This record gives sequence, C-alpha cells and structure tokens, in this order.
Amino acid sequence: MAEISQTIATPAAPPRRRFRWGRVFDHAVLILGSAFMLMPVLLALTTMSFSDVQIERQGIIFGLSDQMGANFTKAMTEKSGFTEAITGTRMLMNSFILGIGFALGKIVISMMAAYAIVYFRLRFATFAFWIIFTTLLLPLEVRILPSYEVVQGMGLTNTYTGLIVPLIASATGTFFFRQFFRSVPEEMIEAARIDGAGPVKFFIDILVPLSRTMIAAIFIIMFVFGWNQYLWPTLITTEEGLFTLVRGIKQIIQVFEGATIPEYGKGLALAVIAMIPPVAIVVFFQNWFVKGLVESEK
Amino acid sequence: MKRAGFSNPWLPVALLLPQLSIIAIFFYWPAGWAIHSSFFLQDPFGFGSSFVGLDNYTDLFGAVEYRKVAGFTVIFTLLVTFLSLAIALLLAVKADKVIRGARSYRTLLMWVYAIAPPVAGFLGIMFFQQGNGPITQFFGFFGWEFMLGVNYTDTATAMVIVSVWKQIPVNFIFFLSGLQSIPKSVQEAAVIDNNSGTSRFWDITFPLLAPTAFFLLIINITYALFDTFGVVDTLVKGEPGNNPLTLVYKVYVDGFRGNDLGGSSAQSVILMVLVLILTVFQFRLIERRIHYT
Repeated sequence: MAEISQTIATPAAPPRRRFRWGRVFDHAVLILGSAFMLMPVLLALTTMSFSDVQIERQGIIFGLSDQMGANFTKAMTEKSGFTEAITGTRMLMNSFILGIGFALGKIVISMMAAYAIVYFRLRFATFAFWIIFTTLLLPLEVRILPSYEVVQGMGLTNTYTGLIVPLIASATGTFFFRQFFRSVPEEMIEAARIDGAGPVKFFIDILVPLSRTMIAAIFIIMFVFGWNQYLWPTLITTEEGLFTLVRGIKQIIQVFEGATIPEYGKGLALAVIAMIPPVAIVVFFQNWFVKGLVESEK
Repeated sequence: MKRAGFSNPWLPVALLLPQLSIIAIFFYWPAGWAIHSSFFLQDPFGFGSSFVGLDNYTDLFGAVEYRKVAGFTVIFTLLVTFLSLAIALLLAVKADKVIRGARSYRTLLMWVYAIAPPVAGFLGIMFFQQGNGPITQFFGFFGWEFMLGVNYTDTATAMVIVSVWKQIPVNFIFFLSGLQSIPKSVQEAAVIDNNSGTSRFWDITFPLLAPTAFFLLIINITYALFDTFGVVDTLVKGEPGNNPLTLVYKVYVDGFRGNDLGGSSAQSVILMVLVLILTVFQFRLIERRIHYT
C-alpha cells in the first residue's frame, strides 16, 4: 500500500531530500511532546534523591544524589498526618483496596445487570436500561453534598463500604458490557440451549470466558479510576487510618505550609508511590487499556 | 434484546437488583434530595429548614462572586478544551505518520493518563513555586513575576497548564485510534487528488475525524468542569481566598465549609442542568450532522 502511494506521489513531489526534512520535523514534534509529558515526573524523581534542605534551597533539581532510598523509606514507614496515625505503606494498601474493590465490584455488578438486560425477555428491560443509563449523565461531583449526607445518614463514613459502593453507582460498566454482549453471535445461545444449558450455566461457562479480554480492559480502566479518586475519599474518610495515597496528597501539602523546612523529599516520594501502580498497569497492559478505553466510549 | 433470550421470570430481576439498588440509594436519592433542598433554606445550626422557593437560585444569579466563578469556569473550560485538543491532535497526526519509534511515542504520550489530578496538581506546586520553581524562574526570565496562590491570573495560568498536561493523553489516544481507522484507500485517493499535506489534512482527514473530535469535545468539557477538582484544590492549597475557582469547587466550598446546604444544592442543580444540556446536544449532533463512518 505504502509503495503505491509513494510511486504516485513521486512525480509531483520534490526530490527526496525535502521529504526527509518533513520526517525530521515530525520526530521533533513528537520528541518535544514526549518531553513535555515526561519531564515533570522525571524531575520529581531526580529531585527526590536530594535532602529536604537542598530541595528547599534549589527547588526542582536535575541531577542525582543519594537520598532517594532514605526518602522512600521515610515515606513508606514514618508515621505522618495530624494524628500521626498513618504510614505510606498503609496508604498504599488503602489505595489498592479502593482500586481493586471498586474495579471488581463494578465489573461483577455491571456484568450481571448487562446480562439481564441483553439475554432475558423482560417486560421492563428498556425501562431498567434507561434507569441505569441516566446515571451516565450526572457525575458524582455534581451531587456530592447530598451523596455525602446519604452515606453519613447510613453511618458509612470512614468505612471501606462507604468509600467504594457509592462510586459504583454509575452505568459506565453496564453500558460497556451491554455493547459487548450484543456483539456476541446469537448462535452461541441457541447452541447452548440445544445442549441444555440454563441461563446460569451459559453465563458462567460461555459468556464470562468469552468476555475475558473485555473484563481485563475494563478492569484496568476502573482500577485507575478508583485509585485516582480524590473528592469522594476526601469527604468520606476523615480518619487517617483510611487515607489513600491520592487522598493523602492534600495532607502533604498542608503540612508543607506550616513547616520551616517542609519534608519535600517525603512528599515527592509519596506522590511517586501514588503514581507507580496505575502508571505501571497502563503501560504494561497498554493494548488492553487502549482497546477498553476506545471501545467503552462507543 | 436478543431474539433468542431466556424467559426465566425471577433470575433477571435478581441479576438487576444489586445495580438498581445501588443506583437508587446512591444516585437517585441524592440527586432528588439536591433538587429538593435547593428550594429550602437550611438553618446553619441544623434546626430545620424553611421553604424559600426559587430564592436560592435568584441569590446565586444575583451574587457577584458566583458570576465571577461562573465566568472563570467558562474561560477555563474553553482554554483547557481547546489547548488539550489542539496539542493532542497535532501529536496524534505526527504519531500516525512516523513508522520508526511509533510504539515508544505512543507509550510516552499516553502514560500520564494514569496520574491522578491532585498528584498532577502537587507536581504543579513544585514547578510553579514562588522563588525556586523552574517554571516560575523561566517566566521570571521574561520579567513575569509569577506568584502562585497570590496573583489571580498566575494561579489560573498554572491551573490551565496542569489541567492541559493531564488531559492530553486521553485526547491523544482517541485521535490516534480515529486516525488509524481511516481506510488507507481514502488516504491514497487523497494523495492522487491533492499533494499538499496541509490541505489534504483539513479537506479529508479532519472531516473524517469529526465524530471523534466532537465526542472528545464533550468529554473535555466534562473533564474541565468536574475532574479538574483535584488540580484546583491542590493548586489553591485548600485556601479558596482570592483564588480562581471552578463551579464544582464552589459547590464543595459552600456546601462543606460554608454549611450552605440550600445554596450548594442549587448550584448542584444548575450543574446538573448544564450536563443534561451538553448530553442532549451531544446526542442530537451525533445523530443529525456527523455521519461519516
């Protein structure tokens, strides 16, 4: 294909030289763009290897020193916060609970709902679909105060349930699985029925295995989404023992304000720890992630 | 619905129950409550409330401060949307063109997707810090004395830059996948007809990307309105003071700091209406106008 276009383009095109310059320009733009995306985090990493005094004096530093390990250890093990009740390790654990709990809960609940909507003759299927679909329209942020009051009224503040379950109340996953189930050939279910498989068996033995890639893709997106939640955890968790890393960021900054020499190294280390798991998952499972993201929005 | 469905009467109900009950408790109830309490004036000490009709709304639209926040939100949204879409489109077009290193570029340009907005805001603080932040020093080089958290425009600038940085990856991913789905034959036909790369892009490629671009436009507006909360909150360091705020941030400040349930709910309802308009707009335009693929 590429050959055809080149042979056609050549007669009118100037000599190859200019063509090459264009390519250099393309790469220059891409390198510049990549640097713009990469630099802030890279510099945060290098700065983290310095001591607080040096960071206080010089700000962001490009270079390497020997404090990286010390800052990491401090971030992970030293107790911090107003009540001195939480370490980085604990926050990391809470972040994982939120990320994984949210992703799994969302997948299980939305797969069940999507299965019911797509595969059953149900009189109120359309109605149920619209009830669920409407939730796509209003993000949690716009109904934040009443949501908080509801959760508080149920006594769920400062619990993992109160942290995770209200976040699941939207239809993104259901919508995604509905689209996917509809693309599964109808012969599948006919064949399953001839073989005498009931709805439960069909779901567990045929549909779930078929959806493996989709589940993986949606898991990545939901995990990152849950991990990165900020406003909701800020409201729901006031006990420091339940803070996630992303929630803890605010504490880090507020501690900065009062101190003579803020603990920059520790703060940066916590920020880096907060980035590593979601970034790693997105980079390593890039293809699934991109597929999930693009498909889920169709 | 599939034609060959199961006809078990109770199983689907059981399957739908968890989702429906979560939505009822954590979505419809709060949303309804927001609408309800927007018509009431709450006693700040918790002694009941009184019906005030549309007073909360008229108070809001009459308040200079609210209009200022709304005005800032509009400008902020336009800037973030335009800049992140434009930069991402440029990068996606280039990434679609090159062959060598294509995968590495893709990775480098999309990984920031995974960074949480407040973490991005925290990095912003380090970079825009007064005194020794590298970007502050860079601006100082041109005689711009940048003061994050003190000067209104400066804080707003930092918010826009950080928010754009955070949003480029999503736009990039969608633009790139949009570009890759344009059939090669179309592009080759375009090469025969028109040799200028620029006009080929605007005449052929861009219209074909229009559905993606339009979808992204809505996504970006929603992002700038709601998801930038973490960026705003970290960059103003939790001290609204004289700093630029977005509408969502004001809902939070009035509701949780000011204990103004009615006013905050009225703001929530205004935002709900805004999102509904956006969504309706999205569906109508997608159905009516843009139908290439």
